[in-house]
Amino acid sequence: MTGTSSAPFDGFGLGLRTPHYQQFLSDNVPVDFVEVISENFMVDGGRPRYTLDRIRERHPVALHGVSMSVGSADGLDRDYLCRLKMLVDHVDPLFVSDHLCWTRIEGFNSHDLLPLPYTTEALDLVCANIGQAQDVLQRQMLIENPSTYLQFMGDSMTEWQFLDALCDRTGCALLLDVNNIFVSAVNHGFDPIAYLDGIPADRVRQIHLAGHSQGRDRLIDTHDQPVPPSVWALYATARHRIPAVATMIERDDDIPPLADLLAELDIAREIAGSDERQAA
Amino acid sequence: MSLAALQRDFRDWLTDVPVAMDDWVDGHARAGLDIYHNAYRVQLVECLKDTFAKTFLWLGEDAFIDAARVHIERTPPSGWTLGAYGVRFDETLADLYPDDAEVAELAWLDWALSRAFEGPDAATIAADTLAQIDWDRAILHLIPSVRIGRACTNAGAIWSALEAQDAPPAAVLLPNAGAMLVWRQDFTPCFRTIEAIEQRALKIVGSGSSFTALCTILIEQLGEEAGIAHAGSMLAEWIDHGLILAINEPKE
Repeated sequence: MTGTSSAPFDGFGLGLRTPHYQQFLSDNVPVDFVEVISENFMVDGGRPRYTLDRIRERHPVALHGVSMSVGSADGLDRDYLCRLKMLVDHVDPLFVSDHLCWTRIEGFNSHDLLPLPYTTEALDLVCANIGQAQDVLQRQMLIENPSTYLQFMGDSMTEWQFLDALCDRTGCALLLDVNNIFVSAVNHGFDPIAYLDGIPADRVRQIHLAGHSQGRDRLIDTHDQPVPPSVWALYATARHRIPAVATMIERDDDIPPLADLLAELDIAREIAGSDERQAA
Repeated sequence: MSLAALQRDFRDWLTDVPVAMDDWVDGHARAGLDIYHNAYRVQLVECLKDTFAKTFLWLGEDAFIDAARVHIERTPPSGWTLGAYGVRFDETLADLYPDDAEVAELAWLDWALSRAFEGPDAATIAADTLAQIDWDRAILHLIPSVRIGRACTNAGAIWSALEAQDAPPAAVLLPNAGAMLVWRQDFTPCFRTIEAIEQRALKIVGSGSSFTALCTILIEQLGEEAGIAHAGSMLAEWIDHGLILAINEPKE
């Protein structure tokens, strides 16, 4: 990979969602950055690109993808990469991220973030795909830990060991979704603190906070609820280990008024500030 | 067993192709597999509901979801953008509702408007630039968001009523089949139902033929005076509605 690495950015942001576009365009929304879903803006033109350009004039923008499919056994989609590269060059984003998952195989695209086995074969493949993406984008990528609902029998390492090796081998950074850690920890019965201890904390550039729902047999990563106390508590623990990092509230369904999300962001600021005061 | 084999089996599991996942997961994972199986469909149904909002209103929730599930089984998604899923949903609806042509036409209109919304930007020509044009040699260029679909029914009127949250009219066949013209003016996707003569004219323009060729065909159809007048009025309307990207005069 060539290009510059992302420097730690200690700010607080929100995921930009359609119901809030107008407020972001007309008001001075108190956020340090916004995050957008990359694919929503990898379009030819029209109002989406115009809106993104206007918001980019006001705020740093992080690009968060859902379709790179870094775990696809048949490699990355070159058309996708080219489109993303054009958007990256246009926006000059704060971060470019996607998920540790796969969505595509042999022309089929699930549009769902499907789980990977944590094996050396998968690690080799994901490293190669992320290396290719970073070479094309000329940027460091941030990889987000997923919520998962099953584990494979062939797993030979934990998710945090997989991420640690991934960062080490590719130079990528991490987007740590604290809610996803909590959801997967409950679903699979591991200790979320062991997860935080196992990841390379110095590689975490961004944190996602979100809510989840209780399904019949598993916790489901629904992003349709406020951040629950259990996730706030884990965030406080994470911030103790990762003092300088961008934090963002991610809400994708049942989207509340912007003021509600800003109030949640204030809680994140308070937790981070409390940790800084304790450190001082 | 390779990662590729696992992903192929997982795809088959999602798409209801008979496959044993026992090579990959134990019995405890069954609940997790079911979550992915359900989430795959829910995501695609929601995408279709969002893209085909007026078709959803016209059919009602149960009928729409039944049709969406048929489409998902027939047409698994292949592109990287979820926004492109639904590219042939109107064809699925045409199969499912062979006696209700307005359903597929409504779906085509929903689809074309959604594509126009994020289609390429284009600076259109202004009316005050027309004076310098040599009309004997002029070639019109349409903006890239232009799409034309068939209109055998009053699907356009149904769409407009649903958009205005008015009671939609009953579906009827048009006395003369025409077409629906979809484009984007500034940031607003637009459509109007056009007659067959304008549909043919737009096809001629879209093929790269000259304005003179268009006039010649209209004169053959309507007579000299009426043909030229009709070409002029259509051109004025196309320019007014932002459909004309440029008017070029090819070099000799």
